Amino acid sequence: MSTTSDSIADPGEPQTESDTDPVDFDYEVIIRARTGWQLIDWRELVEYRDLFRFLVWRSIKVQYAQSMLGIGWAVIQPVFSMIIFTIVFGYLAGIESDGAPYAVFAFAALVPWTYFSNALTDGTNSLLINTNMLSKVYFPRMMLPLSAVFAKLIDFCVAMLILCGLIVYYGIPPNAGVLALPWLIGLMMLTAAGLVMWLSALAVQYRDIKYAMNFIVQALMYCTPVVYPASLIPWTYKWGDYLIYPRLVYSINPMVGVIEGFRSALLGSADMPWALLAVGSVSAAIIAASGSHFFRKKERLFADVA
Amino acid sequence: MTTPIISVEDLSKAYRLGIKDKTRDTLVGSLFAMAKSPFVNWKRLASLDTHSPANRQGEIVWALKDVSFEVQAGEVIGIIGRNGAGKSTLLKILSRITEPTSGEVKLRGRVSSLLEVGTGFHPELSGRDNIYMNGTILGMTKREIDGKFDEIVEFSGVEKFLDTPVKRHSSGMQVRLAFAVAAHLEPEILIVDEVLAVGDADFQKKCLGKMQGVARSGRTVLFVSHNMAAVQNLCGKAILLEQGSVIAFDSCSEVTNQYLGSTISAASRDMASCRLTGMQPVIESVELLSADGTPGATIACGSAATIVIKYKAPQPLPAARFGIRIENLLGENLIFLQSLMEHGVHIDMPAEGTVRCNIPELPLLPGTYFVWVGCASNETAIDAVDRVLEINIVGGDFYGSGRLPSTDNAKIVLRSRWDFPDTKA
Repeated sequence: MSTTSDSIADPGEPQTESDTDPVDFDYEVIIRARTGWQLIDWRELVEYRDLFRFLVWRSIKVQYAQSMLGIGWAVIQPVFSMIIFTIVFGYLAGIESDGAPYAVFAFAALVPWTYFSNALTDGTNSLLINTNMLSKVYFPRMMLPLSAVFAKLIDFCVAMLILCGLIVYYGIPPNAGVLALPWLIGLMMLTAAGLVMWLSALAVQYRDIKYAMNFIVQALMYCTPVVYPASLIPWTYKWGDYLIYPRLVYSINPMVGVIEGFRSALLGSADMPWALLAVGSVSAAIIAASGSHFFRKKERLFADVA
Repeated sequence: MTTPIISVEDLSKAYRLGIKDKTRDTLVGSLFAMAKSPFVNWKRLASLDTHSPANRQGEIVWALKDVSFEVQAGEVIGIIGRNGAGKSTLLKILSRITEPTSGEVKLRGRVSSLLEVGTGFHPELSGRDNIYMNGTILGMTKREIDGKFDEIVEFSGVEKFLDTPVKRHSSGMQVRLAFAVAAHLEPEILIVDEVLAVGDADFQKKCLGKMQGVARSGRTVLFVSHNMAAVQNLCGKAILLEQGSVIAFDSCSEVTNQYLGSTISAASRDMASCRLTGMQPVIESVELLSADGTPGATIACGSAATIVIKYKAPQPLPAARFGIRIENLLGENLIFLQSLMEHGVHIDMPAEGTVRCNIPELPLLPGTYFVWVGCASNETAIDAVDRVLEINIVGGDFYGSGRLPSTDNAKIVLRSRWDFPDTKA
């Protein structure tokens, strides 16, 4: 719904009358069918910031309610994947790991990847499991998928601690790349947020998305250097008469740059992949901008079709 | 004339009706249909969007059509109308839950809407957490809730359970807690759907009192209810909606009388106008027979009555059940009778036939009552007609003593036996 909060209601109204008028002229919301581009209403998001905080906090609190291990699950998921990957891909298949021990090589990728895949799954389902809220009360709809993306940061932080422990255990020296971590984390969240806005808005109308999520996440994992290094993808490739750049095309997936960046920053196994990160940042920005536009365009339907 | 706090102009809202699938009768036909179904489904799901004009053809229904009205600040407005008249759609648009298809609303105040109590309650969270969760969803800030927290807890009366997950609260306690949060909202415009119908009588009274307080404090309230007594009690003016249009907007007593009058004359209306939206025309007639079998809408208090339903469906009705509900002038449901409830079994019915419901003693006090009739087959509602029949009960000698309770004390009559063991025979 298009809202304008600052238009004056009726300029023709005599001043004396509006002094006693109980109506606040500074506040006006117009509800009508909307058309054209829908931008994010930042002002409204700020107004509802307390709700956002509580939604994030609710997801965190509810996630491990009535479980014995509680937040321990945030550790178990990536650690078990690491063990399996180390045995299957590192030991049996002998996939190279840019010189770092395969276990820590895999874990440095699994920490951001576990965050990304969980944020994607939870965020996509966030509208579907809250349909009663959608049909009973108004609030900026975007807060539901975004709160899922933020709530998963807790698990991410816990897993990061384990990763730091592993790095100390293997005696890997820190390098200046660590300074890039805030950017890498920001890029990872932006990518998750952008995709989640696309997928959650689609899932409300087409439940197929919900059923396809497992498959989508798995397919994405193999399109991202989680079990193998990005260095396996060549920089250049001759395709007939054309010279193409497979690794740059590959890095359109922003998680490629993020995961290689994590490895570079924490393991020092390769140089910081600036080119991949530049391409990834542009594509993440495009995903997020188009996602928020799509979400805003579709959100008027949520209450009717959810 | 001051500027209205709410102005509604030519508001319309379209919804799409379900589209029935064609059934195939050959194997090749069904296989072909199965292969084609993803495309058909995609088209159908996409067409749920009634906002794009291209989708507005075909089976759509206008829940609201060109509704216009203005509300001044401080007014308490009741919104009344039969089921499917568009009341809930109007509230949903005003509270920005759904978007109108066309038309415009201007709101010059912050809106809180209460279409349900306890939105956002999470069973795993404690009472304390849920107060904050629910409060922020309804548009309060954390600081506002902090300030009112003790008041909210006291109003709800569930102090002891504050740190227990609400899934271990009784449903009554959950409702109390939820309403306590809602009752402490302080928006400029408050929109309330029929939420007072929950909780026990004492709590309802408390809520009604709180609502009156809100109304008197100069806030603007829009209140939807079937309970005419509550509407008359709370509201200064009322809007009567019928089939998506405003029929009347006037003083509350004027409009409620018109509404009650219109529902009384519904007795002579045809089935189609009583039929709820989305129902198939299966019930053909509903008739009331008095004790001696003569048709007529007047029955003596406590005497026998028979309701005869004639129906005709395109195909037989497997596992069918019929229901009858009787409500009074104020819209309070008094009696619900159902073939399944009475006999414990569904009945396979032919495509066309008659159903008779015999009531040996109709225990209603003198007055006017309305009858709702519904039928379902295979657990799916097929037809429902509201206020299809009007019953006039006149004074009778139910107890054989020539006395009946007054309507201030009772709604129904009931057989009872009194013993006086301390008196000598």
